[in-house]
Amino acid sequence: MYRYDNFDATFVAERVAQFKDQVARRLAGELTEDQFRPLRLMNGVYLQLHAYMLRVAIPYGTLSPRQLRKLAHIARHYDKGYGHFTTRQNIQFNWPALADCPAILSELANVEMHAIQTSGNCVRNVTADQFAGAAADEIEDPRPYCELLRQWSSLNPEFSFLPRKFKIAIAGAPHDRAAVKVHDIGYQIVRNADGEIGFAAYVGGGLGRSPFVAHKIRDFVPKADLLNYTAAILRVYNLEGRRDNKFKARIKILVHEKGAEAMRDAVEAEFARSRDPDLVLTPEIIDRFKSYFALPDLPSRPVPAQNFEGRRAQDADFAHFASQNVVAHKVPGYGVVSISLKPIGGIPGDVTAEQMEAVADLAETYAHSEVRVAHEQNLVLPHVALDDLPALYDRLKDSNLATPNIGLVTDIISCPGLDYCSLATARSIPIAQRISERFGHNGRAAEIGELHINISGCINACGHHHVAHIGILGLEKKGVETYQITVGGAADETCALGEVLGPGFSSESVVDAVEAIVETYLKVRKSRDEDFLSTYRRVGAAPFKEVLYERA
Amino acid sequence: MALYRNGTFAADSWQRLDAAQELPAEGHVLLSLAEWQKLAPIKRESNVAFGVLLEPGETAEAIAADLSRLSLVAITFPKFTDGRGYSTARILRDRYKFAGELRAVGDILFDQIQLYERCGFDALEITDPVTLGLLEAGRKPVMTHFYQPGEGAEVRDSSSPWRGRAATSATA
Ligand code: HEM
Ligand code: SF4
Repeated sequence: MYRYDNFDATFVAERVAQFKDQVARRLAGELTEDQFRPLRLMNGVYLQLHAYMLRVAIPYGTLSPRQLRKLAHIARHYDKGYGHFTTRQNIQFNWPALADCPAILSELANVEMHAIQTSGNCVRNVTADQFAGAAADEIEDPRPYCELLRQWSSLNPEFSFLPRKFKIAIAGAPHDRAAVKVHDIGYQIVRNADGEIGFAAYVGGGLGRSPFVAHKIRDFVPKADLLNYTAAILRVYNLEGRRDNKFKARIKILVHEKGAEAMRDAVEAEFARSRDPDLVLTPEIIDRFKSYFALPDLPSRPVPAQNFEGRRAQDADFAHFASQNVVAHKVPGYGVVSISLKPIGGIPGDVTAEQMEAVADLAETYAHSEVRVAHEQNLVLPHVALDDLPALYDRLKDSNLATPNIGLVTDIISCPGLDYCSLATARSIPIAQRISERFGHNGRAAEIGELHINISGCINACGHHHVAHIGILGLEKKGVETYQITVGGAADETCALGEVLGPGFSSESVVDAVEAIVETYLKVRKSRDEDFLSTYRRVGAAPFKEVLYERA
Repeated sequence: MALYRNGTFAADSWQRLDAAQELPAEGHVLLSLAEWQKLAPIKRESNVAFGVLLEPGETAEAIAADLSRLSLVAITFPKFTDGRGYSTARILRDRYKFAGELRAVGDILFDQIQLYERCGFDALEITDPVTLGLLEAGRKPVMTHFYQPGEGAEVRDSSSPWRGRAATSATA
């Protein structure tokens, strides 16, 4: 894992001191709320429905057990005993007092964490594939590059007051688990014809009220140029992005209005003119950053793993967990284990202080002390010996953390919605809970197979509903909640925006509508191997529209 | 309003001239981009020291060819949240090697001072009373470690060429 050196530690400590002073000046009335807002936002402090909210950065979703225990401590002492993992691999605390925020930030600094740039019109936490450094299909671990971008963009003097927030994601494998095409910049690690590794660059993706899939503007950015190329994109955006209308200020609108070709030309021209030699990533620098993320020493384990195979043969529940929540590791005899934060009927992404501590213990015992946060609001233990999986599974069950539903219909992404969020037009968490209840029993979800449902409580789309196989958007019509349903979205390398099926459904009928869609899918699929998305791509939206609107 | 230049308050010798006013025979004269572009070439050769005030949306490119004749470029920040001027400043310093005074005017606040300085501004025109009060009381921005190369006197960190420290802290 990346460890802070003196430089990083001093930087974060100074930053905490600076924010402490800003909070003091705000409380003394020397800063107006308008002047204070961007300052607190750049330190992750939001003003919400019930209270302030603090969003803590988990760079590229990687955590140590010590850090996770600190988050548990903060949840217990400054909040109501739980935290909420978000789709951007961060954690939010919904109830801290403003006056406590500097103290929380200095506690975080003790474990090499911060909340810098988790909000505000700046470069946000750079996210990565949650299986980075472990997955068998990976070309290269994206995290060294995320860390380089994190450092370079932290309090960057030129890019701290962009037209709007700016999100970057990097995926390290051909199968995109980081949703790079719905980010302001998405980098996909690729190998070119000469066998060199670099980045395909996508710009202008995003969800929100005007969703766009990003355009590829370059097939191959060499590693050496990653920072300079990113700077060129940001400079074009900083100078040309719209500032007259907050809703048109994201880079996606600039790319849309200017055209992807013109955007590419502008970026290339800027890149050619202003390459800064200090920002060139030399092989020495890259090797150093790679060493921070080196694979832990994984002792060789027998293959096949007998302990694992034995339990799998005897215990159907365990076998189900293993097939649903474990994927192949690059080292034989190991697996990458996802811990679902979506218990049946639970609140997606919520985790109690006790559960965080349990996961921290398990990571130390079984997973070489690494934990990851997935953008699907789950946790991951990236390096687990398959022979340890039976013991790990039993202990996860003790903490109510062994729900075997990764990628299934009950693994729902949901934003906080009207229960916490001041911008919400409808509730989203209760809808997620009811859908989960509906499909969560008697192996029904497993029979349905891979199916992603995402829910947002307003058009800002924090729940990524556009890129769900079944997306649900909560709106308000004449004082009543109404839910619009889309189908056929995807967030991976086949990225697509879902298609609206028709008029919305009431809170009472929306779960029935989802069930009707699922039943229709089960009828029209060719076999169990044809998942929901493939089926939709073959048959289109017509059968789903028909069942919802024509039979009535 | 007060002028804060290179870390201290300074007298401002620049005079803003609008279209109706006659060009003086000498002195320091600040013009809008439009006024500067209208100025006859012969007048540009006078004894006057010229400065140009760029509004947001007016680019560094527009004055690139004239920089040898300019002693001051002032850049307007209509709201402190409008960050275009930071890029304009860097382009003037890095690409066009402008060595004259670079001045930020408009909504200039205490908590952004280091951002201005690190983008190459050496002078700030400040009107915000709280910012003035803090500076008059001798308060300085606190950050001394930076993760990216900036303009001005910074010492590179040995570990990475883009990491820097404020020169004062490195010698302290
Ligand atoms: C409760 C407080 C929250 C507020 C006030 C809030 C507000 C917003 C707003 C206004 C946007 C749209 C920005 C734009 O399009 O320019 C947005 C986007 C987004 N939010 Fe949130 N959000 C909140 C919580 C969350 C949570 C809990 C998550 C994760 C589950 C999240 C994930 C996202 C993501 C991924 C986007 C980007 C969508 C895009 O690409 O445009 N937000 N948020
Ligand atoms: S989608 Fe809307 S309701 Fe949900 S968290 Fe974002 S802003 Fe709030």
